[in-house]
Amino acid sequence: MALKLSDYRTPVFGDWCPGCGNFGILSALHMALTDLQLPPSKVAIFSGVGCHSKLPHLVNTYGVETLHGRTLPFAIGAKLANPDLEVLAVMGDGDGLGIGAGHFVNAGRRNVDMTVLIHDNGVYGLTKGQASPTLRLGLRTKALPKPNINEGINPIATALAAGHTFIARGYAFDTRHLKEMIKAGIKHNGLAVIIVQQPCPTYNDINTKEWYGGEDRPDPKTGKPVPRVYRLEETGYDGVVRKPEEAFTKHIAALTKAQEWGDKIPIGIFYQNEMVPTYQERISARIPTYLTNPPSKQTISDVEGRPVTSLGKMLTELQVTGFEG
Amino acid sequence: MTRDDFVWMAGGPQGSGVDSAANIFGRACCYGGLHVYGKREYHSNIKGLHSYFQIRVSAREVRADVERVDMLCAFDAETVVRHIWEVAQSGGVICDAEALGTRISDILTLPPPFWTEFNKRLIEEGTKPQTVGDLLREAERKKVSVYPVPYTELLRSVAQKIGEEKLSRLTRMLNVLALGVSFALADYPKQMVERAIAAIFSGRQRIIDMNFLALGMAYDYTKSKFDGFSHKLNTFQTDEKRIFVQGTQAVALGKLLGGCRMQTYYPITPAADESEYLEENQLLETTSQQTEGSIIVMQTEDEIAAINMASGAALTGTRAATSTSGPGFSLMVEGLGWAGNNEVPVVVTYYQRGAPSTGLPTRHGQSDLRFVIHASHGEFPRIVLCSGDIEECFYDAARVFNYAERYQMPAIQLIDKALANSNKSYALFNPDRVRIERGQLLSEADVKSQEYRRFKFTESGLSPRLPLGTSGAVFWCTGYEHSELGHISEEPIDRTRMLEKRMKKLETADKEIPIEERVNFFGDLDASSTIVSWGSPKGAIVEAMERLRQEGYKINFIQVRMPHPLPREYIAEVLGRAKKKIIIEGNYSAQLAGIIREQTGIIMDYCVLKWSGRPMYVDEVYEAVKSIIQDKAPKRQVLSHGA
Repeated sequence: MALKLSDYRTPVFGDWCPGCGNFGILSALHMALTDLQLPPSKVAIFSGVGCHSKLPHLVNTYGVETLHGRTLPFAIGAKLANPDLEVLAVMGDGDGLGIGAGHFVNAGRRNVDMTVLIHDNGVYGLTKGQASPTLRLGLRTKALPKPNINEGINPIATALAAGHTFIARGYAFDTRHLKEMIKAGIKHNGLAVIIVQQPCPTYNDINTKEWYGGEDRPDPKTGKPVPRVYRLEETGYDGVVRKPEEAFTKHIAALTKAQEWGDKIPIGIFYQNEMVPTYQERISARIPTYLTNPPSKQTISDVEGRPVTSLGKMLTELQVTGFEG
Repeated sequence: MTRDDFVWMAGGPQGSGVDSAANIFGRACCYGGLHVYGKREYHSNIKGLHSYFQIRVSAREVRADVERVDMLCAFDAETVVRHIWEVAQSGGVICDAEALGTRISDILTLPPPFWTEFNKRLIEEGTKPQTVGDLLREAERKKVSVYPVPYTELLRSVAQKIGEEKLSRLTRMLNVLALGVSFALADYPKQMVERAIAAIFSGRQRIIDMNFLALGMAYDYTKSKFDGFSHKLNTFQTDEKRIFVQGTQAVALGKLLGGCRMQTYYPITPAADESEYLEENQLLETTSQQTEGSIIVMQTEDEIAAINMASGAALTGTRAATSTSGPGFSLMVEGLGWAGNNEVPVVVTYYQRGAPSTGLPTRHGQSDLRFVIHASHGEFPRIVLCSGDIEECFYDAARVFNYAERYQMPAIQLIDKALANSNKSYALFNPDRVRIERGQLLSEADVKSQEYRRFKFTESGLSPRLPLGTSGAVFWCTGYEHSELGHISEEPIDRTRMLEKRMKKLETADKEIPIEERVNFFGDLDASSTIVSWGSPKGAIVEAMERLRQEGYKINFIQVRMPHPLPREYIAEVLGRAKKKIIIEGNYSAQLAGIIREQTGIIMDYCVLKWSGRPMYVDEVYEAVKSIIQDKAPKRQVLSHGA
């Protein structure tokens, strides 16, 4: 029987502020899971700490709300121990790019097959509106006592520099597009990073829904707003590496595209390269039985609790007396 | 052997092969049926600073070091200057003939505090040696035999024989020459040494051949130049199967046997050796399965990632561990609390070293007991197991997973540098003694027809555990306080019950875990003095007690293996009978004594403490305890032996 959207919902009340971008992200995620018909028990969603981190409680799959900034280590540990799991790691911008930035960069060295969503709203919501690592220099969102003294980091460029193999951007209120990004991320063989631009209706009074939608700048002819967000694929941009020799030029093109911000905000896939071996493939090269007999599936004792591991070879190497014969 | 035991010390600049010389020495002695204990001391440095290995061998089991060196094998001038005072009367010093002319003041690697001590000694002895040779002549006056060896000359003959033109390529072989001289002086059969060389360089025939050649030349040279040394090393026949094993190896073996299938770590001294050994041996043979087993060893970006990655793996039903030392554990603390809050059976192997901060990265310390018991904010249960010797390291490393899984909480195996970097001969570890107990672990069949509650309230506090990813169910975890389902809850009723549920598990563990797994008891129950200790001092204490018993003193000793939850009643009962209660620990504030006082109301009468960065030696423990029994001791004694 086909799984329905409602099969992925839980009765838990979503306590985000009215108009929060998280509702759009949640909705896109529900739809993506339904489209892909992923059995709930096969999916594990990890989150950090912040507004975003409540998301797993609203999805009827395994859900693990971890520590501030530590989503990736938990998610990677679970995925490596049980590679059959479909793992999603959901992080905030402060969570994933501030306190957890080291994990984000180092995850690029490994390419563990999973999907990472970074909710980017420019502020720390749950602690009442401080500047997040993505807020640009000089901006003063509602709760800041003074304009931001730090420059914002560019998450797409950072992901490229870290070596991530799928880098995309979505917009929380373009749920259909975001759903497709999530599906593409899940299908990507390797680690997929999706940066989701998300208004914070309470604390970010600069990058609002209206701002993303261009309501402050109507087309002089039609009088209709000209949205800042536009879809990359509609411009003919293609970030997918199909031959090894394309990797460098596409990387550079993506890095260039990553600089666009402000009047034009591209969403879509900036870069994808499936020619980089995943961490699972790298482990399999060392442990031939890894995928068929991964850590979580191994029998470690018999029915009486006797260990099944044989230390014979190692103990023989250490043995110094009592040799037979 | 003219004496019950024999102590050999090799010292030299780091990177000069002291370690491999010691390894060969220890193994060679093992092959001859001797019991061996070896301890490594080294600086936080790659090349050049002084390091040494002290190896004690005997026909009976040896568990710790004594304050005496019978044969000092010096690879450089500094070793002579640093250790000459430790050489026993009628002991020997083997050194490079070229080092005799070295002016002591020219040894730049000797630090200022050393000079203060050194000059004090010279004043006491009324001598003014200028060179290493002068110093050795003074020693000879005290019946120490000196054996200057022309290493360069010997190396040159080795080079000639194997057709090597560059002498610098052979400097690594200096250690084999030194070994040859040592063993030849002690009249020990050369073939035992050859066996050790062959085992250590297994598969590298050219190196083995070169070393055999050098060894033979050193033997021949020694026999022709020097009269026999006062101590001889005899061999003993034994049918017992023994291994020669290092602390970190024992832990790794125990983990593999115990079913650990994921290990995470960030490089840190002295823990990293364990992870490297695991990675070398990551493909596992199994007895009952056709398929091979395996362990994933993951070097993470930091210790925060290490513990949380291990927790992520543990959630899936995998036995997972991380291995670290003090600074690393400090970073892990938040993750430990998460595991406690979410009842994750993550295992931490904690190798203590000199602390706080960077402290003494390569030196011994035992000052983190309070830390592991209390680390992280809030109240949550955990189990702490302290291993007292290398054999316990093995069995505890397997058993600690049982505690973690049965009681669904983080479990910490607390070890120390003195165990990590020491080697000892043991009767072959017995895997049959290990049992795997996974507690209430559910599978797919158990959760088919009902809603699964990961944090279900129960009498024991234990909620049946389901591996994340099991078909037919889902659950949630969170660092927040939560409901039975694992959703965030700030309701007072959930909070009150959930925290109590978690804490109850510790009471359950306290009730269920038998006392034999929590303490070791040595000596007579009716002795009037009781020693309490934990961790590596065990070896020195047990040997000191043997000496004292031979002198007619009755003492007993509680080695606390599980300080948390502390077996309060047992300790109170034994201490209740003691007239003199003595705590022995490698820290400043007598941490275990404080915990005992807190939990039993009993105040230890005497403290014997040490925090010099060196482990406890048999002699100093013996002296300290004896002085207490004889009513000659202050309440607090601070030990300091060891260079």
